[in-house]
Amino acid sequence: MASPPQQEIGRRTVIAAAATTAAIGTVPARAQEPGPGAGINAAPLLNVSFTVNGKPRDLELDPRTTLLDALREALHLTGTKKGCDHGQCGACTVLLDGHRINSCLTLAVMHPGTAITTVEGLGSPDHLHPMQAAFVKHDGYQCGYCTPGQICSAVAMLDEIEAGIPSHVTADLDARPQLTSAELRERMSGNICRCGAYSNIVDAITEVAGSKA
Amino acid sequence: MKFDTPATTNPIDRLQVVGQPVDRIDGRYKTTGTAHYAYERQDAAPDAAYGHVVGAAIAKGRIAAMDLTAAKAAPGVLAIVTAETAGKLGKGEYNTATLLGGPEIEHYHQAVALVVAESFEQARDAAALVKIEYAPAKGAYDLAVARDLAKPSGKDDEPADSRVGDFDGAFAAAAVQLDAIYTTPDQAHAMMEPHATTAAWKGDALSLWTSNQMVAWSVGDVAKTLGMPKDKVHLMSPYVGGGFGGKLWVRADAVLAALGARAARRPVKVALQRPLMFNNTTHRPATIQRIRLGATKDGRLTAIGHDSWSGDLPGGKPETAIMQTRLLYAGANRLTRQRLAELDLPEGNSMRAPGEAPGMMALEVAMDEMAGKLGLDPVEFRLRNDTQVDPEHPGRKFSQRQLTECLRMGAERFGWARRKARPGEVRDGRWLIGLGMAAAYRGAPVVKSAARVRLDAKGIVTVETDMTDIGTGSYTIIAQTAAEMMGVPLHRVMVRLADSKFPVSAGSGGQFGANSATAGVYAACVKLRDAVTGKLGLNAAAAEFADGKVRSGDRSIALVEAARDGELAAEDTIEFGGLDKKYQISTFGGYFVEVGVDAATAEVRIRRMLAVCAAGRILNPKSARSQVIGAMTMGAGAALMEELAVDTRHGFFVNHDLAAYEVPVHADIPHQEVIFLDETDPLSSPMKAKGVGELGICGVAAAIANAIHNATGVRVRDYPITLDKLLKEMPAPA
Repeated sequence: MASPPQQEIGRRTVIAAAATTAAIGTVPARAQEPGPGAGINAAPLLNVSFTVNGKPRDLELDPRTTLLDALREALHLTGTKKGCDHGQCGACTVLLDGHRINSCLTLAVMHPGTAITTVEGLGSPDHLHPMQAAFVKHDGYQCGYCTPGQICSAVAMLDEIEAGIPSHVTADLDARPQLTSAELRERMSGNICRCGAYSNIVDAITEVAGSKA
Repeated sequence: MKFDTPATTNPIDRLQVVGQPVDRIDGRYKTTGTAHYAYERQDAAPDAAYGHVVGAAIAKGRIAAMDLTAAKAAPGVLAIVTAETAGKLGKGEYNTATLLGGPEIEHYHQAVALVVAESFEQARDAAALVKIEYAPAKGAYDLAVARDLAKPSGKDDEPADSRVGDFDGAFAAAAVQLDAIYTTPDQAHAMMEPHATTAAWKGDALSLWTSNQMVAWSVGDVAKTLGMPKDKVHLMSPYVGGGFGGKLWVRADAVLAALGARAARRPVKVALQRPLMFNNTTHRPATIQRIRLGATKDGRLTAIGHDSWSGDLPGGKPETAIMQTRLLYAGANRLTRQRLAELDLPEGNSMRAPGEAPGMMALEVAMDEMAGKLGLDPVEFRLRNDTQVDPEHPGRKFSQRQLTECLRMGAERFGWARRKARPGEVRDGRWLIGLGMAAAYRGAPVVKSAARVRLDAKGIVTVETDMTDIGTGSYTIIAQTAAEMMGVPLHRVMVRLADSKFPVSAGSGGQFGANSATAGVYAACVKLRDAVTGKLGLNAAAAEFADGKVRSGDRSIALVEAARDGELAAEDTIEFGGLDKKYQISTFGGYFVEVGVDAATAEVRIRRMLAVCAAGRILNPKSARSQVIGAMTMGAGAALMEELAVDTRHGFFVNHDLAAYEVPVHADIPHQEVIFLDETDPLSSPMKAKGVGELGICGVAAAIANAIHNATGVRVRDYPITLDKLLKEMPAPA
């Protein structure tokens, strides 16, 4: 991940860059899976408290529990999907303190005191978030399984552009990145849609961004 | 309702709701995370334990010994299922290999154990403690080698060989000839939702919430595998996170969840781990294809020959890559042959447009090569060899065939006239630019399909059928059909799908789902209309259902009145009576693609894609368009990146996850255009529709391959067209 443009560094961009780096997949060594035999003694449970979709949550978890499984299995927030469990597909994307993260690649107990937003926190069937409404309008999904991840990713991605964070396709690191079609497609490429709704997803995101990609 | 005479005017033709590009009715659930998939049924099975699958570490041989001591002693473990403990298991009608291996192992990552524990983490940890000793056996893993032992393989309606006229003589005598070998690799469905099931027993009755395209088939196969009566199996699959043919069958998740739940005496849920899916489940088999074309100097085909070889496990099926060649182009002398070799790789089976998808990848490149040899424009060459009858059975007409219209319109809309016939002529900075096209072809089969429709005292119309929606839009087009037939707005229709307690539908496969399932709903609605007019004392023949009212003569009565004394219900089945045999019912299209190929690195970028489709009535242009762009995207993957890499020593697919099995991502796909020709096909069903979900992948990879050739002059006949195959022949950078 390149550094943000120098003149734009502020508190927000620094946090955003850090969060994006984490999303790429650096997991501290202590959090890695135990090897064979390590489970002979039951893992002690650990407490963690964070807010999810604005609600405070106190959980007692097996420390091996990913943030994804904490959301899905402990909190029954199954809108966040498990597509690969290895950070390869993006279906588990959630917002952690406003920044997108693959929730399968991080352990829940690593995030005390954070604010997590899942697709359920963006909107509900009767009160759709503008991004959710745009996905419906543009048919930006088919089977629906990657959809929550695409939507969370899209919401955070627009904030990243707004914050001036460059991407692999940003030609001029000193200029503010624009929401071009190339930028949008590059930044959304961590979210796989095997049904192939990409062309429609781009239309939906572009409409929400209010600019022409 | 028997459909055995061409459809005449019916209420669907009003197109007040059907044919309109309405938003999907399930959209607000899918976009808010409130559509619950198979592993997410905490509502139905709140106390489900977790199952983790152990896959075989050899491709062929036996389990010599299995030590479960450590796994059983691990924290939280409730049960371990193996072939030894599971009791006698049958094999499903639709399965080639058994779903729980041992002691015999039939393929790599065949499931050999399920570890059930209180938590996912405990089950995963304990699964790693299962110790297995194998006695491996020698297997056959290389199609290029096994090909010499391949045998003819076909079915009654799709024989292995077909011959018309004198192919050998005509090919030898042809003024212009092409004889080329093409290969397509093994490919994975790689749907986003892993195969997953939640299973719960109540006495001897089993409930399965699973991710499956074919509810009735799968009830039968669960019953057969577990040795229990079908009526004790309740299978539900209301949301399916992608299938593409990979979920046509019962797979290990369903059988093992059921066995695990029996052993643990409580509900169990199982999702196949992503790295297991590619070898554990089915895939599209690789093919080797030889195509021979002979033509006159003015571009009339006189000889068409297509041989295809593929492999599968003993008892398996061929990839039917020659089928479209029997039907697509005219030509008096024809020969097609299909051969199947035995391989000990994981089970090959249907993936989106089985047969035609890889067949068109070869045939439509061969046509491009032949056009080049003839000095003819590729569009013109295809137009010259169009046929309006089945070329092997000239007495049999196509019900509709607008291939030439698709190609002409596509050429015009895409700016095809700007294409330079000579490759490598167009530059845009560092990019070599090329245009390519291909015809699209896919059969449009129909399958018997039933539905039940109810009208309640609030005037709500509810449709129930075991049809599935795998992202195709079934919920929405079924609602549109019922709304049109009963004359109510879309929001007054409830659709309940994919429950084995509902009438048996066509299911989702073979691009037969949309037409067949909506025709079943049509049939049930015709019966419900009769019940309504009977109740209201109106003349059924003259009644018109519109705006929530039933009108007949000068009488107009609110529809809801018919249900004031209680709900009205009707159930019917559409059965197809042979029009599909008398006529060849197919869908057609044309693909046009522009690529840029980096002059130095040979990186390929797709710049523009257009599909023009003639596929009968389009029931919902919005969701149908999505089917086509999605299939074009999968076709782009087939052209440029998708390949299961075979380890021919140990017999498995090496790149068995979503990082190593590359599929297209946002950055790979440009804006895509789709045009549907205005077409209705009264021979296909009362809906006059066909299908689009598979047409969209039949030909698009060849169009990309042809565009790459036009850009660079390099002809790659071994898919996928990765830059290593282009680099050695690329023109020297200017």
